[in-house]
Amino acid sequence: MQAEELTNLIALWVPEQKPGISKQYPEFILPVEKLLEVMTLLKENSTTKMDYLFCLTAVDRKDGFHVVYHITSSEFLHSAVLRVILTDKVNPIVPTVCKIWRTAEYFEREVFDLFGIHFDNHPDLRRLFLEDDWIGYPLRKDYKDAFTLER
Amino acid sequence: MEETLLDIDMQEKEEYIINMGPQHPSTHGVLRFETCLQGEKVKYLIPHCGYIHRGIEKMCEHLTYPQIIHLTDRMDYLSAHINNEAVALCIENAMQVEVSDRVKYIRTIFAELTRIASHQLWWCAFGMDLGALTTFFYGLRDREKILDIFEETTGSRLTQSFNTPGGLMSDIHPNFQKRIKEFITYFRKKLPEYDQLLTGNIIFRERTKGIGMMTKEMAIDYGVTGPSGRGSGFHCDIRKIAPYSAYPFIKFNEITLTEGDTYSRYLVRIAEMWESLNILEQLVDNIPQGSTMLELKVIKAPKGEFYQRVETARGELGVYIVSDGGPSPARIKFRTPNFSNLFVINKLAAGHKIADLVAISGSLDLVIPDIDR
Repeated sequence: MQAEELTNLIALWVPEQKPGISKQYPEFILPVEKLLEVMTLLKENSTTKMDYLFCLTAVDRKDGFHVVYHITSSEFLHSAVLRVILTDKVNPIVPTVCKIWRTAEYFEREVFDLFGIHFDNHPDLRRLFLEDDWIGYPLRKDYKDAFTLER
Repeated sequence: MEETLLDIDMQEKEEYIINMGPQHPSTHGVLRFETCLQGEKVKYLIPHCGYIHRGIEKMCEHLTYPQIIHLTDRMDYLSAHINNEAVALCIENAMQVEVSDRVKYIRTIFAELTRIASHQLWWCAFGMDLGALTTFFYGLRDREKILDIFEETTGSRLTQSFNTPGGLMSDIHPNFQKRIKEFITYFRKKLPEYDQLLTGNIIFRERTKGIGMMTKEMAIDYGVTGPSGRGSGFHCDIRKIAPYSAYPFIKFNEITLTEGDTYSRYLVRIAEMWESLNILEQLVDNIPQGSTMLELKVIKAPKGEFYQRVETARGELGVYIVSDGGPSPARIKFRTPNFSNLFVINKLAAGHKIADLVAISGSLDLVIPDIDR
């Protein structure tokens, strides 16, 4: 499927989506409430079949936390980037997509560990790399500790 | 007497937890499997990682782009060159510069040599995991030859850091092509020995066939890439899907098998070594002339987001750079192959014996610093 067709399709499903800045892949900014619905459609629609989530990560920006999903289809080889923006920086919550792609379960644990983003309905949301009693979330921009390298 | 028998019976029925690792030879690094056993059977297992978490992504936010390349060596140290290449390619794409064909060819030759060296070390360790100590000596004997080629050109054997954004650190050594041709003829003779020693061995086959079945759907769902995914029929070779460097110029096959057990993951890697030799043969005599370094005054990615996928020896490596236009990234994410490959192990090992767990984790070819970063 070409990028234009995909853009039309997503615009049909979610009229309130906004195009993102990426030039490499077609990118869409979704409202948080619509995320699960669109993801499920993207995976199950016979023309998209986005069955492989190859990257899930978060970015700390001025307007909030961005959660970025890179998905592709193993059959048609087309890719897309989806993004949700969580403006609440104190208590960010986003629904989990690990029911759709199992690999998301561990990507989400990593994001929870390093950003403190809470994934709703996640089966096992614990810290992945850091110790359980670690204070703070290191990849947030306002994180400070004695060992951070300042330049 | 009766009481003892009863005790043994109780032990078979009771569940107990055993920690495998963090210091265990078959985990090939510091990884801990919390294994729930019933008798000798694995009921479930939970991988615990983070023992070698160094916060590379956080460190990168304070380093310049050329400095970041040196940190990527320390993720998957057996695919050091390919990790460097991924970051270099991502920055080059961001800056919209294209390196010369000479750089592309040399990078690809290095990448394929790295792939062979990595598969050799995996073959050594996999044999040893299953109790065949001789494989270790055979594999390391041949791997030395590749490391010598690396050392001659880059000055380093393991962590080469030979790529920079815009090219290579230096030109190749005059002996480079001659030694690679020598290596190809040498290794073509030695590779059948690997088959004689391990592939045809009846004990080895019994230990690996039908163990740790992974279906294609499972591989896609869990994001298992590289030879482990291709052993299940998942077409995930980035060299074919999104060709980079010199891969568009050459002919090669993507090796996939459909069985999905430990044995087929083994066969894929052996076949990939043959295929890498073919790729090397196509490239080594055709390295074009040209400069090995673009003259970039300032290395800064423009404002925006960039993603680069490459195929390391273990699967898909993704580099995601978010830039504000400064000399260092606002956020860099490494989507490492081992991270996704690891977590399928619970599904594969459940129901098998604990000795098979060693075979399964060996066949996934885990490098722990790549998981923890």
